Amino acid sequence: MKYIEKLGGATLQVVESIGRIVLFFISGVTRIFVRPIQADKIIDQMWFVGAKSLFVIILTGTFTGMVLGLQGYYSLVKFGSEAALGSAVSLTIIRELGPVLSAIMITARAGSAMAAEIGVMRISEQIDALRTMQIDPIRFLFSPRIMAALISFPLLTAIFDVMGIFGGYLTGSLLLGINPAIYMDKVIQSVEMVDIAGGFLKSFVFAIVVTTICCYRGYYTHLSTRGGHGAKGVSMATTNSVVQSCVFILIVDYIITYFLV
Amino acid sequence: MTLPLIQFVDIKKNFGANEVLKGVNLSIYKGDIMVVIGKSGTGKSVLLKHIIGLVHQDSGELLIDGKSLHTLPKKGRLFFKKELSYMFQENALFDFLNVFENIALPLTETSRDTRFIIEEKVNTRMVQLGLGPIGKKFPSELSGGMRKRVALARALVTDPKVVLFDEPTTGLDPVRKKKVHTMIKEYQEQFGFTAVIVSHDIPEIFDLAQHIALLDEGKIIFEGTKDDILHSRSDTVNAFIRGDEQLCPTDT
Repeated sequence: MKYIEKLGGATLQVVESIGRIVLFFISGVTRIFVRPIQADKIIDQMWFVGAKSLFVIILTGTFTGMVLGLQGYYSLVKFGSEAALGSAVSLTIIRELGPVLSAIMITARAGSAMAAEIGVMRISEQIDALRTMQIDPIRFLFSPRIMAALISFPLLTAIFDVMGIFGGYLTGSLLLGINPAIYMDKVIQSVEMVDIAGGFLKSFVFAIVVTTICCYRGYYTHLSTRGGHGAKGVSMATTNSVVQSCVFILIVDYIITYFLV
Repeated sequence: MTLPLIQFVDIKKNFGANEVLKGVNLSIYKGDIMVVIGKSGTGKSVLLKHIIGLVHQDSGELLIDGKSLHTLPKKGRLFFKKELSYMFQENALFDFLNVFENIALPLTETSRDTRFIIEEKVNTRMVQLGLGPIGKKFPSELSGGMRKRVALARALVTDPKVVLFDEPTTGLDPVRKKKVHTMIKEYQEQFGFTAVIVSHDIPEIFDLAQHIALLDEGKIIFEGTKDDILHSRSDTVNAFIRGDEQLCPTDT
């Protein structure tokens, strides 16, 4: 009987959390369009989410492409089709690794910071202070972040894609000797608009997933059953936001890929 | 007979199994300085948070000018809340905003004032509170006393009619405590707002108070003036003022 009670309680908690997160997302998105538009805050967040993530995106994009170039070359050379390396690298990056790895990198760099910052604001009563000043905390904290993420994620993904293809070129052409013209020709031939659009669609959805989970975790730090009101609550919120974002990125990636292919 | 500006009528509030307010009755009059004292953890901050709407009662009525806050139309509730200001125990200043932006925040976010007017209002408050040229500094760069003053400037920048102070002198040395008390008194006289102060600074806070309420075990067990409380015949009241542990036991 105790176990059934516990199971029921846990199920109710999950359903309640899902309801709360959906409402949180809807509130945040609808408040983006409430006037006056918070352009300065959106630009600040784009700087934080986008510009400040640029270096890590360039670095991971280049090295991912380089690894793909190496692995791809030694797999393709067995079948005598190493000339197809450009296609293999570009399609893998644009369709799959670009959006997924960019989102994971942004989660690690910016998502965790969002959860921690909002979590600290919660436990130090700054969110309550906003309410006492008749400032809508969701509009003030979440709406600019999600808007900035919706703009920044696809742009960072595009940069990751370009750097990944460049990384493949570095190892494939400069290191392993594939003709650069053939490499680039294969990239141009194989990549279609639908591949790029699919990658961007993923990055849009990941922007929503990551920002909503990270901001939600920070915003409701105090509801955490373990150490919600202290430093432990913030650290848990931060850890949970990163873990859950990464898991959901992969789940959502599978679902979108299933419908795209 | 004058109607109280804010009136608690049999307010009860539980947090889970913890019964915090067990039927609070309290009247706060316009232009008054009401000081709420009581042991730690008896629900004084919860009481304040009911007024600003951060906490809602489980039962009982909160009356504003004799009308129930809950039955007021949305516009009326908003209008009342716009006239309130709250100074948090730990100041609740925003780390990512500098002093000027912190003080200006309620205006930049909720008023239609132009940038020029906002700047003028903020600068005026900064001068009045002796904040000097620290507008570009961040809260983390300020001393505890300075942070209190910034929080007070932010609370007063909207010209509120009611200011709620949640232990405004926590963590300050006796000299700064006295300064904050003097500051509140001076500004209350200057701006004429109604002040509700939760405090543990006994007996210093009595000099500031026009009315004092003692919250104990979730109920107001005393309400009166400084003279009333100092000459009270209640053992509990006297024990609390003297800090007598035997007659006024704490949880710890």
